[in-house]
Amino acid sequence: MSKIAASEIAFIEHFDSFNSMMTSTQPNWLNQKRADAFTNYRTNGLPTGRRGNESWKYTDVRDISNTAFANSSEDLITSITEKDLLDSSHLNKNWSTLVFINGVYSSSLSTQNPNDGIQITNIKDALGSHGQIIERHLGKYIAPDDDPFVLLNTAFINDGAFIYIPKGIASQDPIHVIYFSTSETDPTISHPRTLIVTEEFSETTLIESYVGTPKAKYFTNNVTEIVIGEESRVDHYRLLLDNPDSFHIGTTVVHQEKASTFSSTSLQKGAALGRHNLTSTLAAPQSTCNLNGLYMTTGSQHIDNYINIEHIEPHTTSRLYYKGILDGSSRAIFGGTVTVQRGAMKTDAQQKDKNLLLSREAEVDSKPALFIYADDVICGHGATAGHMDDNSVFYMQSRGIDLLTARRMLIKAFASEIIEEVKIDSLREYLEDLFVSFEDELTLLQASSI
Amino acid sequence: MTNPNNPNVISRQSKIDDQEYKWGFTIDVDSDVAPKGLNEDIVRLISEKKSEPPWMLEWRLRAFRLWEKMRDEEPEWANVEYPSIDYQDIIYYASPLTKDNDRPKSLDEVDPEMLQAFEKLGIPLNEREALAGVAVDAVMDSSSVTTTFKEKLEELGIIFCSFSEAIQNHPELIKKYLGTVVPYSDNFFATLNSAVFSDGSFAYIPPGVRCPMELMTYFRINEADSGQFERTLIIADKGSYVSYLEGCTAPIRKKSQLHAAVVELVALDDAEIKYSTLQNWYPGDKDGQGGVYNFVTKRGKAQGINSKISWTQVETGSAITWKYPSVILQGDNSSGEFYSVALVNNHQQADTGTKMTHIGKNTRSTIIAKGISAGKAENTYRGLVKIMPSAEGAKNFTQCDSLLIGDQCGAHTVPYIEVKNPTAQIEHEATTSKVSDDQLFYCMQRGVSAEESNYMIINGFCRDIFKELPFEFAVEAGNLLRVSLEGTVG
Repeated sequence: MSKIAASEIAFIEHFDSFNSMMTSTQPNWLNQKRADAFTNYRTNGLPTGRRGNESWKYTDVRDISNTAFANSSEDLITSITEKDLLDSSHLNKNWSTLVFINGVYSSSLSTQNPNDGIQITNIKDALGSHGQIIERHLGKYIAPDDDPFVLLNTAFINDGAFIYIPKGIASQDPIHVIYFSTSETDPTISHPRTLIVTEEFSETTLIESYVGTPKAKYFTNNVTEIVIGEESRVDHYRLLLDNPDSFHIGTTVVHQEKASTFSSTSLQKGAALGRHNLTSTLAAPQSTCNLNGLYMTTGSQHIDNYINIEHIEPHTTSRLYYKGILDGSSRAIFGGTVTVQRGAMKTDAQQKDKNLLLSREAEVDSKPALFIYADDVICGHGATAGHMDDNSVFYMQSRGIDLLTARRMLIKAFASEIIEEVKIDSLREYLEDLFVSFEDELTLLQASSI
Repeated sequence: MTNPNNPNVISRQSKIDDQEYKWGFTIDVDSDVAPKGLNEDIVRLISEKKSEPPWMLEWRLRAFRLWEKMRDEEPEWANVEYPSIDYQDIIYYASPLTKDNDRPKSLDEVDPEMLQAFEKLGIPLNEREALAGVAVDAVMDSSSVTTTFKEKLEELGIIFCSFSEAIQNHPELIKKYLGTVVPYSDNFFATLNSAVFSDGSFAYIPPGVRCPMELMTYFRINEADSGQFERTLIIADKGSYVSYLEGCTAPIRKKSQLHAAVVELVALDDAEIKYSTLQNWYPGDKDGQGGVYNFVTKRGKAQGINSKISWTQVETGSAITWKYPSVILQGDNSSGEFYSVALVNNHQQADTGTKMTHIGKNTRSTIIAKGISAGKAENTYRGLVKIMPSAEGAKNFTQCDSLLIGDQCGAHTVPYIEVKNPTAQIEHEATTSKVSDDQLFYCMQRGVSAEESNYMIINGFCRDIFKELPFEFAVEAGNLLRVSLEGTVG
C-alpha cells in the first residue's frame, strides 16, 4: 500500500485510545472480541477495491475512506435537545424510547416504561445485569464474519440498545430506538450496536430511527442483531432519515428459531451514501420472514440494499418486496439473494424489486439472485424498472384530473403498497406525511415541469 | 421411445437402449500434431502451418503477449469449480493429415475414415445424400475438413468457408471485422483463443441476399490432450438473412480437454442472423472424470438500424460450460434474442446466460432461459441487461426457469439489471421448482411410465426454446434431452 486512506489512520489512532479506555470497564470476553475484530479488520481494510469486489460492485466507499472522522466531544453530545429530536424523527411519548447521540446513551432524552420483566436499556448498563445473555448472543449470528464494516463496529463496541423479552410476554407498545448523529466542524463517526433477544412465545415491535442534525457531516456504522425465539414474533421498522450529507452503513442480522416470524419494513429516504445489509437466517422449520422496503432517492443520493435470506431448514417461507422511486441524478442498488440449503425442502421463497425512474440521470442496478440446492421448493423472483406509465397518466387526464395531480397520485399509489402495510397508526401517518414532503421535492411534480 | 421424425409423438415404451455417450468413439486418422505447450514459437508455428500473411501473425502475437501478462488473471467469478488448467500440457495444434498434405479439393480426396466418422455422427458431408438445404463446414481438431455446397452458395455471392481459407482469399473482410466484436483483449480465454486459434468458419452474406439454406459447422475434437480453439466470424450485410447452426462432439477421454472458442457476429442495417447451437461435447463420466471444459466467448453486434441477432442454444454436453452469448444493440430499433436450454447431469457444471447491452434507440431484447439440473450437477443462469443513457425507449423481457431433479443438484439464477435511462422498460422473472407431483401423477395414472412422464414434462418445459430451432435440430435436441436425462428417475 502506497497511500493509507485518511480514515484508516484515524481508525488506528482511535482504536488505541478507545481500547485502553475500555479494557478496564468492559468484561474480558468483550475486550478479546473487540481486539480480534480489529485485527481482522486490519487485514483487508475498507472494501475500496473495485476489481472482483462482488458485494460492493455498485457502491464505492472511497468517499468514506477518504474522510478522517473525529471523536465527538462531550459538549456536542449534551447540546442536543428534545426539539432536535422532534424536528428530525417521529416521537411518541407513550412508547419506551431509547435515544443515543453519536452512539452515546442519553438517559435524559430517553423514556423507559418497562413492564412484565421486559428489559429496555443500553448495552453498557446491561453488561452488568444481563452479561450472560449478551455474551451468549453478541456477534454469534454474523456469518461470514468478514464484512469490514461489521468488524469495525465490533472493534468499537461501546453502547447501543439492548432489549430482552422474556418467555410468553407480548410488549404492548412499540419500542423506539433513535440513533441521532451530529457534528461540529470535523465529521464524526459512531458505531452503535443493537441487540434484541426474544424468548419463546413472545411478541414485540421495534422501531429503529437513524436521524441527524441538518447539514451535519457524520458517518453512522451500525450493527443490529435480532434473535427470535420459538413461536415468537418481531415486527421491525427501520427508518433511514439521516441528512443528505451523511454516510450510513447499516447491518441487520436476524436469527430465527422454530415457527418464528420476522416482519420488517425498511424505509430509506436519507443519507448521501446509504447501505443496508440485511441477513435473515431461517434456522428452524416453519419460520417465516416478510421483508418490505421502500427507497426514495433525490439529488445525488446513493442507496444500496444488500439482502440475504438463508433457508436452512425445511418448511420455511420468505417474502421480499422492495420498491424504489428515483429522482435527480440519484442511484439505487438492489441486491437480493435467496439461498436454499441442501435439505431445506418445501421452501417457499418469493422476491420482488420494482423501480420507478423519474428522471433522466437516475440509475438503478438490480440483482435478484437465487441459489438453490434443494429440489422440492417453490422459488421465484421478479424485477422491473421503468418510468411512469403514459397511458395511466392519460387515462386520468381524460377524466379531468390535471397532469400534476395525476402524476402525484400514481407515484403515491406506487409507494402505498409498502406504506399501507405499516401496522402502527401513528407511525403510518408520520410516514405518509414524510412521503408528501418527498413528493414535494420531485422535479416531475413541480409546476415548471409541464 | 420418441418417434425420430416427430419428437412430440411418444409411445408408451420407456426402455432406452443407448445408455452411454454415443458420440464418444475416436477416429483413427493420421494427424499432424504440434508439440505440447504454449510459447511464441507455437504461435508462429500455427501461423506458418496455415501460411498466414504477416498481419495475421502480428495480431496473434499481440494477443499472446497480452495473455502472458494476464496469466494470473484466469477468471474465478463463475459458479464453477475445476482443478487449475496446465496450459503447458495442452496440444495447441492438431490437424488430420490428408494424402498430399493439402486441404482436400473435393469430397473424393477426403480420408474415407473421416467421411465415415462424420457419417457416424449423423453429419451429411456427402452432397448427394445430404439433407436438402444444409451446407456443412466440418472441423476436426484444428482444421476444417470440408465445406459442402460451396458452389451453389457462391452463385449468390455468399462466402462460406473455413477461417483459414477466408484469411487467404478474403483478407479485406477479415481485416475489417476481426476483433471488432470480441477484441483480442476481451477476456482471458478470448485472448488465448486470439493467439492460438486454429480454424473455424467464416460466412459473409452480401447485401439483400437471403441465404437459401442453413449454414452449419460441425466441430469435433478427436486428438487426445489437444485443445480446440476455433474462431467463427459471420457478417450479414445490409438487408440479408442467414441461419447458422453449430454442433459439436468429442471422444470419451479420461482427461479433461479445453475448448475455448470465439464467435463474432456482425449484422448491418436491416440484416438478421439466427445462430443455433447444439452443444454436446463429452460431459465426463458418472463420477465426473474427464469431459470438455467449454469456455467460450460469443458475441454479436447488431450494428445497423433494424438489425436483429438471435441466439438459440441447447447445452447438454461439457463437464463445465462457461458461456454468455451476448448482443450489443447498437443500431436504432435493433433487437436481440436469447433462447437457451441448459441441461446438466451427474457432475456437470454450467454457468451460462447472456448479456444484452442496449445502446441504440428503441432497442428490444428477449431472454428465455431454461435450466435443468439433475444428479450432482450445478446450473447457474448469469445474465446482464444493461440500458445505456442513449437507449431511449429500450425494452427487455427476461424469463429464467429452473427445474431440479433430485436433491443433490443445484440451480442458481444471478441476473444483473443496470438501467441508466428512465424510458426503458425492464421486466425480469424467474422461477425454480421441481417437476410437479400433480403433473407426474396425472401422466402416470394414465399408464405412462415414470421415466416417460418425466421426459414429457421436461420436453414441454423446453418447448419454448425447441420451437426456435430449425426442424432437424429440434428433433436432435429432443433426442439429446432424452439421453441426457437417462437414469435421473430412480
